[in-house]
Amino acid sequence: MSLLNATQVEGGYGGMNILKGVDMAIDKEDIGVIVGPNGAGKSTMLKAIFGLVEVNGGDIQLRGQSIANLAPNKLVELGMGFIPQEKNIFPSMTVEENLEMGAYIKPQETARMLEKIYGFFPPLKEKRKQPAGELSGGQRQMVAMGRALMTEPTLLLLDEPTAGLSPLYMQEIFDRIVEINKAGVGVLMVEQNAKQALEIATKGFVLASGQNLYTDSGHNLLNDPEVAKSFLGG
Amino acid sequence: MNELVFFINKALISGAVAGSIYAIGAVGVTLVFSIMRFAHFAHADQMTFGALIVFFLTALFPGAGAALGIPTPLLMLPLAMLATSVLAIGIDKAFYKPLREHGVKPIVIVIASLGVTLMLQGIIRLFAGTSSRSLYIEESKAIFRLDLPGDLASRPLVITEPQILLIVFTILAVFGLHLFLNRTRMGKAMRAMSDNPDLARVSGIDTNKVVMVTWVLAGCLAAAAGTFLSLDVSLSPDLSFFLLLPIFAAAIVGGVGHPYGAIAGGFLVGYAETLSVFNWSVLLRPINHWFPEWMEIPRNLSLVGTEYKIVVPFFILVVVLIWRPTGIFKGKVI
Repeated sequence: MSLLNATQVEGGYGGMNILKGVDMAIDKEDIGVIVGPNGAGKSTMLKAIFGLVEVNGGDIQLRGQSIANLAPNKLVELGMGFIPQEKNIFPSMTVEENLEMGAYIKPQETARMLEKIYGFFPPLKEKRKQPAGELSGGQRQMVAMGRALMTEPTLLLLDEPTAGLSPLYMQEIFDRIVEINKAGVGVLMVEQNAKQALEIATKGFVLASGQNLYTDSGHNLLNDPEVAKSFLGG
Repeated sequence: MNELVFFINKALISGAVAGSIYAIGAVGVTLVFSIMRFAHFAHADQMTFGALIVFFLTALFPGAGAALGIPTPLLMLPLAMLATSVLAIGIDKAFYKPLREHGVKPIVIVIASLGVTLMLQGIIRLFAGTSSRSLYIEESKAIFRLDLPGDLASRPLVITEPQILLIVFTILAVFGLHLFLNRTRMGKAMRAMSDNPDLARVSGIDTNKVVMVTWVLAGCLAAAAGTFLSLDVSLSPDLSFFLLLPIFAAAIVGGVGHPYGAIAGGFLVGYAETLSVFNWSVLLRPINHWFPEWMEIPRNLSLVGTEYKIVVPFFILVVVLIWRPTGIFKGKVI
């Protein structure tokens, strides 16, 4: 049984279906990467999994249990974490308060998890009393990831984690995602920087017009001339 | 020295009283705004409602406070806070929540709150009539006269019991709110939701509960402000009408959605109002002999007449917003 199993998912905003039957399966060892052209429904799929977009057809299961259309706070309790693309921190709150909000549903775990996150992202420990809005882009992304990891999720969803970051930070974030995955967290993310993302992907999903076009390992997709020509810029 | 005592009585104490009322009111308005992103016009009527509940309870049990040695209305205030919180949550469930869930624009909810204002005013008049009443039933308002030592002044400093209660309550409320927002889990969740509602939801924060706690806080503060003001002056159904504009001016001047800003804005507006209607010629009279003989101090030298007092908050509003477009503390922009 897969950690996450989405079958023939249909969904969108206000009755309009952007997703027209998408399949996706992720195990706890996987880093899944969703790529595809603009408007393919990549972010919509991620949000549908996290209960932020209405699912009108198909099913989404977490460890065999249907989670379609469950509210986000329920999904956090079931062990999912979600990092939105932008506005993914609480800017006026300190770094530490941002992380505390991540553990909102598990207040008794806060102290232990704070130590763990600070061990994982040492720069955050130095800046823990600073408002998160004053940090650099890369450090904000660390705060966002740290917040989502505070509940020790088994599945982490990331919406374009490297958008707007310099190449240096981009590599750093990808390295961290691999580390998180090695610690036993299944990862599913949407990425614009498709080539770099597919290099770390165990599973790649190419979406177009709300449907699966290709599904294969990241390595195979990178070496598929058709995929390379159409979606990876040659 | 008598002139200075007059200044303290008529300007400093009056300003502190008006400032406290505006500050408590503006904090309620700003909390509601920061969580739900709409200007809640019915807030001022919740103040009247709270004071009215205190009035009814005091009329039912007029001597209850005497046993404890406190004014009966003060004893009834916690009950009125509870009732006003229940009213606020009820209004939200009946009118604002359905609109929010439909995802309407904030302006629609603002207009709905205007409707709620009219409705509340009607209901209050229906049960309480239009006349004004004193909250002191079978009791009298304690007035403290503090004589200055020696022969400094023949007039005493005058402060009334409700004024002292109000100022003490304001200090406690500000301190309590600060601790609540910075130290408690729910307080931090409120700040998180004010900062980024979507991320708060994604973090697993129960946003419905945060909304409810916000209404409880707003209701308690409204009931307290309404009661203290009614104790100081008197309870009349149009109480809220005169409070609404200065309170919103205070919240905006301070920076909308910013609780400390609302407190600063409240005192700024309160003092500006009081000082601009204060008759400054009183303070000039003792130094009359320094002026050339042809100069005569006019009998009344206030900046604006009392009847134009309502203009002052807006003057302050315009001046502050030119200098700082989002308020003294940086407020939220939608």
